[in-house]
Amino acid sequence: MPIDKFVTIESTYVPLPIENVDTDQIIPARFLKSTTKEGFGDNLFADWRYNKDGSPKADFVLNKPEYKGEVLVAGKNFGSGSSREHAAWAIRGYGFKVVVSSFFADIFQNNSLNNGVLPVIVSEKFLQELFEAGIDNKVNVNLKEQTITNLGNGKSESFEINSYKKNCLINGYDDIDYLLNIKDEIASYELSRA
Amino acid sequence: MASKTLFDKIWDMHEVKTIKDGPSVLYIDRHLVHEVTSPQAFGGLKERGIKVLRPEKTFATPDHNIPTINQHLPIADKISRFQVDTLTKNCEEHNIQLFGLLHPKNGIVHVVGPENGITQPGMTIVCGDSHTSTHGAFGSIAFGIGTSEVEMVLATQCILQPRPKTMKINVEGKLAKGVTAKDLVLYVIAKLTASGGTGYFVEFAGSAFRNLSMEGRMTVCNMSIEMGARGGLIAPDEKTFAYVKGREYAPKGADWDAAVEKWKALVSDADAVFDKVYNYDAADIEPMITYGTNPGMGVGITQNIPTLESIDESSRKTYLKSLEYMGYEPGEELLGKKVDWIFVGSCTNGRIEDLRVFAEAVKGKKKAEGLTAWIVPGSQQVEKQAVAEGIKDILEEAGFELRQPGCSACLAMNDDKVPAGKYAVATSNRNFEGRQGPGARTLLASPLTAAACAISGVITDPRTL
Ligand code: SF4
Repeated sequence: MPIDKFVTIESTYVPLPIENVDTDQIIPARFLKSTTKEGFGDNLFADWRYNKDGSPKADFVLNKPEYKGEVLVAGKNFGSGSSREHAAWAIRGYGFKVVVSSFFADIFQNNSLNNGVLPVIVSEKFLQELFEAGIDNKVNVNLKEQTITNLGNGKSESFEINSYKKNCLINGYDDIDYLLNIKDEIASYELSRA
Repeated sequence: MASKTLFDKIWDMHEVKTIKDGPSVLYIDRHLVHEVTSPQAFGGLKERGIKVLRPEKTFATPDHNIPTINQHLPIADKISRFQVDTLTKNCEEHNIQLFGLLHPKNGIVHVVGPENGITQPGMTIVCGDSHTSTHGAFGSIAFGIGTSEVEMVLATQCILQPRPKTMKINVEGKLAKGVTAKDLVLYVIAKLTASGGTGYFVEFAGSAFRNLSMEGRMTVCNMSIEMGARGGLIAPDEKTFAYVKGREYAPKGADWDAAVEKWKALVSDADAVFDKVYNYDAADIEPMITYGTNPGMGVGITQNIPTLESIDESSRKTYLKSLEYMGYEPGEELLGKKVDWIFVGSCTNGRIEDLRVFAEAVKGKKKAEGLTAWIVPGSQQVEKQAVAEGIKDILEEAGFELRQPGCSACLAMNDDKVPAGKYAVATSNRNFEGRQGPGARTLLASPLTAAACAISGVITDPRTL
């Protein structure tokens, strides 16, 4: 599936100050029966978001209309557990383009990058200040410069991303295109091992 | 030549190229496929109009989304049936070996691979499932991938992967009676926390791991992902070779001898440098159980749940949320707490050795009143062997029932869900909120501990059974 080109984002954000949010919370297993990538956004955080009868839980942040934006800000060690890419599809499907945390699980980081969702790693302090700021606070995420700014207090941090992935996101390329383009190199590797 | 870790040796052998300031292009020897994380990848191939590059290196089995009773009947849940049928159709279209439902080789993907000699030392192995790390028990680089990556491997037999750092976890000494491979790995995860291994690939070294059976080593490597590690591996030895020998997809005759010669070089050089090293003493480990909602929240079974004061201040909120979900208080004793459910199975502890241990412990006793137990073999072969060895009879006499193979309540995608609020002692690998069903409360433990709890109906130290 083609991914959108990533441009600089300036947006309010949805705070989720919980640590160790695992992919079973992001998208519970019972929603994994689909054979397409569509429709997962509605079930993002399903067990925290809905009551048993399907009605929204009023106190969960996604159900509070005052919290919105293209950025999700979550507690440390986000995305641990299962390798299900459905978690990234759910986050993208809901409309998030960036997830900010002080620590991400490895597989989730790969999966979200492969779907054009940028994981931004910030310091614990920067994260806490985002949590403590008011509802209408905004962040600016500049991928070219690799910076994130808390517009409320003006503080900035730079974040890391390897230049290959950065280019992919900025240009909307994906890894499969890359690999298909080096077919000959793969074939000669196979020969060398045979 | 510079000295290398085992991980580096295997990785370097499989590197097609490295992208400057980017990931490596890694060649994949074995790709395991199941019904849940593959349909969108096959769909992607279709959109691009391409075929699977190396179908002979690809093996498929439905396991996550299948019932564990009445497998001879069509799957009742229509959407599940469609997902399983989609796998069959995709395998037919791309010429991939499929071990479908009731096939003598069907089972949980990480049980099936080793059982049939598909998993071999020195290989790179991937699957769209995080517990692919299991195969590291054979001295291979095995890790879970997402669906985009499944598509990459189907299309090119390669994957783009940043090179992880290396970690050595060294445990020396003998495990005490009643302490098993599961306890060993839960202990390590409790020490490192659920994120302590993130960014690393782990080598488990030392006599405690070396003394484990292949099944035990699989249990350990299986759970390396639960400390956040990309995967874990153990250097292959005579035990490994003996396990692989004669299995269907293992090399035969002269090829076998040549393979073993090569495999013998798969060790970390004596002076190889790891980015991180941890050392533990096997004698410090007792039977373990988890009390919270991630696998790092485990303690020795005779210990109390940590007090609030012992938790980092910034993590207390998450800690309390977790205990609230479990219905526990900080500082409480775990022994004697009620158990409603037992789940023995999964790619962590659903192999024949696990069923043997469980059966041995419940033999001649009776399942506790009111307790529900699901004993789910990891594969058709495990099921068959359990019947042949009389394990099934022992279980039935004690009031337990042996189900049909599958992932079952490990992730509760099928009907095997633990009801909300109930306490389940499970031999699987994750105790996340809702993992075994919405509201279900999971306590991870070994098959031996599960047996002790199944007989008494409360959390019980297996050493007192
Ligand atoms: S048993 Fe559980 S962990 Fe293992 S493959 Fe199945 S769902 Fe994944």
